[in-house]
Amino acid sequence: MGAASFEQVSGPGTAQRLAVSGRLTIAHIADVIEPLRAIEPNGSALAIDLAGVERIDTAGAWLIHRLVATWTAAGVPAAVENASEDARRLIAEVGSNDIAVAMRPPRGSAITTRFASIGSAVVAMTDNIGSFLAFLGHTMVVLGQTLIGRRPLRWNAVIHQCESIGVNALGIVGLLLFLVGIVVAQQGAVQLRAFGAEVFVVNLIGRSIMRELGILLTAIMVAGRSASAFAAQIGSMKLNQEIDALATIGMSPIEVLVVPRVLAMGLMLLLLGFYGAVMAVIGGGLFCWFALDIPPITFVQRLQEVTPLSDMIIGLIKAPVFGIIIAMMGCFQGMQVTGNAESVGTRTTRAVVESIFVVIVLDAFFAVFFSALGYN
Amino acid sequence: MADLSPILPDTDDIVIRVRGLLTRFGDQVIHDSLDLDVRRGEIIGIVGGSGTGKSVLMRAIIGLQTPAEGEITILGQDARTGTTADAKDLRRRWGVLFQEGALFSSLTVAENIQVPMREFLALPEALMAELAGYKVAMVGLPAEAGPKYPSELSGGMKKRAGLARALSLDPQLLFLDEPTAGLDPISAAAFDELIKVLKETLGLTVFLITHDLDTLHAICDRVAVIGDKKVLAVGTIAELLSFDHVWVHEYFAGPRGRAAHSGAPKPMKAA
Repeated sequence: MGAASFEQVSGPGTAQRLAVSGRLTIAHIADVIEPLRAIEPNGSALAIDLAGVERIDTAGAWLIHRLVATWTAAGVPAAVENASEDARRLIAEVGSNDIAVAMRPPRGSAITTRFASIGSAVVAMTDNIGSFLAFLGHTMVVLGQTLIGRRPLRWNAVIHQCESIGVNALGIVGLLLFLVGIVVAQQGAVQLRAFGAEVFVVNLIGRSIMRELGILLTAIMVAGRSASAFAAQIGSMKLNQEIDALATIGMSPIEVLVVPRVLAMGLMLLLLGFYGAVMAVIGGGLFCWFALDIPPITFVQRLQEVTPLSDMIIGLIKAPVFGIIIAMMGCFQGMQVTGNAESVGTRTTRAVVESIFVVIVLDAFFAVFFSALGYN
Repeated sequence: MADLSPILPDTDDIVIRVRGLLTRFGDQVIHDSLDLDVRRGEIIGIVGGSGTGKSVLMRAIIGLQTPAEGEITILGQDARTGTTADAKDLRRRWGVLFQEGALFSSLTVAENIQVPMREFLALPEALMAELAGYKVAMVGLPAEAGPKYPSELSGGMKKRAGLARALSLDPQLLFLDEPTAGLDPISAAAFDELIKVLKETLGLTVFLITHDLDTLHAICDRVAVIGDKKVLAVGTIAELLSFDHVWVHEYFAGPRGRAAHSGAPKPMKAA
């Protein structure tokens, strides 16, 4: 014996009999499921003999129960015979729990589902914009109150955030911008060489990096590092009801969690942006020295001549704006986490993607704006 | 006085055997030369103060926590050694209910219950749906709970759904980590009753971590007390009442212990 098996002792006639034997357990019933279910009620009463069953579990009991139930429902009597005490109890137990349960939430037709998903996407988007505006407003109010001294500023949190956003990013931001400086110089040199104007590489490096690339790349890097961290930290606090706990103790989550992050990010992006630009200029300068034979002293002199101070100021004006918006996007997505761990993942991704998107869009606006003001 | 040693004679049919277990986190030693035997077909309750390592013991037994020293055999196998196939085979013979249910959040309750079936067996889709439906009903969940996602369930419902998943393959061995904590008394009593019925009909061995004195009285065959980094004593509650240890005495003979004791096995008469 071993796997479950059954035998139709007497076929359709006056009294049908089915002898089941072996292990009627979930691991061993695979072979008998289909044939057992294929036996259809026909005319005379059925007796299911379980005398040969070695072991039975709920899955086996379920099979027997369904067989009896199907026959009984069709108006043909069916009964279990020679079952052990345990088998009888198990069959009764599964029988008392025979309910229809759906596996998944109900689905409508393909067309209505499509419309419904478009509709709910639109609603979700509007909702998201609305909640972001509400969050922005709320944060602005709390920030304002903090700045005029109506609320305490949590210095410890600000300093801690400065460390994790700024100090800990020095290595990666520095390395990245240094390499970008080299790439800009190298690509520029290749093109300018055709005109014998290699020395203009210095203009290219100074202006593009100070005004645009330095701060933009730093902001993108920081968005990837810190917006995701904010969303994940605040999101898991939300799941763990820590945000609720803060609110019930009487501490505003915006004041405790968001404002320090926003302030720290604004300040740190300003410093990191400047540092990144300097690293890129150093990278470009080194390339000029080694590949183009422009000595550092000439490089610096020329850099001073061709890069107006306004370029650097424009770059640095953008930095805190980018920082504040990145921090707010990160914190906002964290606050939007609901339900489960998957939501933390989705929101973290959105925090990064949307903050990078907004940074680039804002950068474009800044470019148009400063050009219109006459800073070329 | 009864023998309260955690080590049973070799003649008994022993399902879980733990010898000389030493677990530690860094410098903190949780268990030191802990011994425990669990007989086939019994419900053993594990009690102990907070932080005595009840859950850690369970994690060590089911192989989630590697002990620093000691031997653990389950159903005659060492959970840590043996081939991958052996390890897999062992895992389909036990079911585990974690404290918070640990349901897969991206699957519905019914799909959660089907996970072990899909992994280990090739059953027809229709039968799996019926079996999942039956398990949902068996653990006392309403039919509407089947297509719901775990985030839509209350804590008690998550626990029941977790139990349904643990029972998915009709295991021989069931590990329950505080199954009745957070349930209302009626649900808790129904849960106890369910465990008892399953144990009697399926011949389950149940390893039950609990703080619920009523559960201990209602269904546990033996109770193991963990303290001082080992299993202090194992026995029936009546035997443990005579055990001379401050914590054990406080636990079973304290006000709550006495109330549960006088309540069991039959309900208290109206005062």
